[in-house]
Amino acid sequence: MNWFTEPFHYEFMQRALLASILIGFTNGFLGVYVVLRRLSLVADALSHSLLPGLAIATILVGLSPGGMLFGGLIAAVIVAVGGQLISRSSRLKDETAIAALYIIAFAAGIALIKYARVKVDLTHFLFGNILGTANNDLWTSFWIGAVILISLVVFHRPLLIVLFEPFVARSLGIKVGWLQTLIILLIVLAMISSLQAVGVLLSLGLLILPAATIYLLMDSYQFLTWGSGILGMIGAVCGLWISYWVNIPSGTAIIIVLGFMFFMAYLFSPKYGLLTRYLPSSHLHDESLKRWGKNGDTHHH
Amino acid sequence: MNQLIIKDLTVSYHRVPAIHHLNLTIDSGICAGLLGPNGAGKTTLLKTIAGLITPETGSVEFSGKKIRAGGKTIAYLPQRETIDWDFPITVRGLVEMGRYPELGMWKSFRDVDAKIVAEALHLMQLEPFADRQIRALSGGQQQRAFLARAWAQESDIYLLDEPFTGLDKNARESVTGILHRLRSEGKLIMASHHDLGEVKGIFDHVLFINGELVSYGDTASTFTEENVQKTFGTEIFSGTHG
Repeated sequence: MNWFTEPFHYEFMQRALLASILIGFTNGFLGVYVVLRRLSLVADALSHSLLPGLAIATILVGLSPGGMLFGGLIAAVIVAVGGQLISRSSRLKDETAIAALYIIAFAAGIALIKYARVKVDLTHFLFGNILGTANNDLWTSFWIGAVILISLVVFHRPLLIVLFEPFVARSLGIKVGWLQTLIILLIVLAMISSLQAVGVLLSLGLLILPAATIYLLMDSYQFLTWGSGILGMIGAVCGLWISYWVNIPSGTAIIIVLGFMFFMAYLFSPKYGLLTRYLPSSHLHDESLKRWGKNGDTHHH
Repeated sequence: MNQLIIKDLTVSYHRVPAIHHLNLTIDSGICAGLLGPNGAGKTTLLKTIAGLITPETGSVEFSGKKIRAGGKTIAYLPQRETIDWDFPITVRGLVEMGRYPELGMWKSFRDVDAKIVAEALHLMQLEPFADRQIRALSGGQQQRAFLARAWAQESDIYLLDEPFTGLDKNARESVTGILHRLRSEGKLIMASHHDLGEVKGIFDHVLFINGELVSYGDTASTFTEENVQKTFGTEIFSGTHG
């Protein structure tokens, strides 16, 4: 077992492990709402729009978590609201408007980061470095994780109705627009917490891959969120562990592991896998036996 | 006797009226068929009663109270095509959603809620399928699952949008049986329907609309060739053949 535990003898690896657990679980849990609300592309746009906000924050206040949180939030809101404004005031549809804005914001972010007060490495923002996790990063991830999980647990009933039947939700007195804004806000928070680990470009993977995987495996909403959280956690820890031995960037390793899980589920999910569906199944037969025959022999022919 | 009273209801989409000045009173314990050609405003009327669309003028009341969003009085069952059948929810999970208006955000799911859910599943003969995902059901079972949720919500009014579309004969009969049972419990049922050949077996009252109320009354006296002509114009729609 030495090869298994060896990486975690180092203090920086212990902090990275803790960060993987926190970030993996939080992103996985939230990701279910992103996937079910079909916000994956919006989340992609948000992740790119974080960059100029982070750049401006580092220009104004340096590398403080609070500043980055605030800067990232404002930039994401500007892109989301700006996209709506452009689509309403022109003939463009909103997905084009948002895509145009976020890629402009992204370029502006790369340009701006040169002027940061402290020296920052662009690749650090883009791809993260979980091995550099400091104690205050862990606290940021912890509090963000707590806010996200508590919000989702508290609002799980109205959220479920909004996800399943957005039109019926209104008749039940649910504030659909308000909940949608809440989810977007939580996405931005989750991305900021995973910045240190995987960076803005790969944060999307941490958010949607576990949820997409579990969606191919499970049928019940209650298990989906927790299952996705646990899967995200396992993926992040495995990725971290592999990155130690294979010597590839940890963020990249985490996304590759999650991606591997996703393709396995896509192909081999017991119920919804591509290959499973083409394999001979005893399912219907068993069921008809259960219903019609007691000893099962009578229906062979 | 509880009554659904609709007064001077006008509903518009972008200033184009879909329903004009509709006045109607329906008693509880009635199973009413909502009939009219495409674009007659059937879905619009159901959604407006359910509180999903805000009317331009007029009001909808039940037992003397204005229907408000957030109440559990009304259960609205949308058309099949509008539902995401891949959604990760089981039949039981769906029926449990019916308790949410009562529970709100904070109250925990109690034994009494579990009991109501179990009764709903029993009543709709869904117990063997309770743990299935909703796509893994037949059309009739899917319709019954949504009826079970409405029942668990303890609604007084059931609004159904084309509940019989795509159902085979057996499924139609079982859903009809359940609607009649709900009627005998004093529920008010209103369902839009396009197959005129089956109206008599399902509905005790009919409601003809075509942008406005053409006629409402019990099936025996109101479901006449004349009213069908008036509602559907010169072209008589005889429903699906077969």
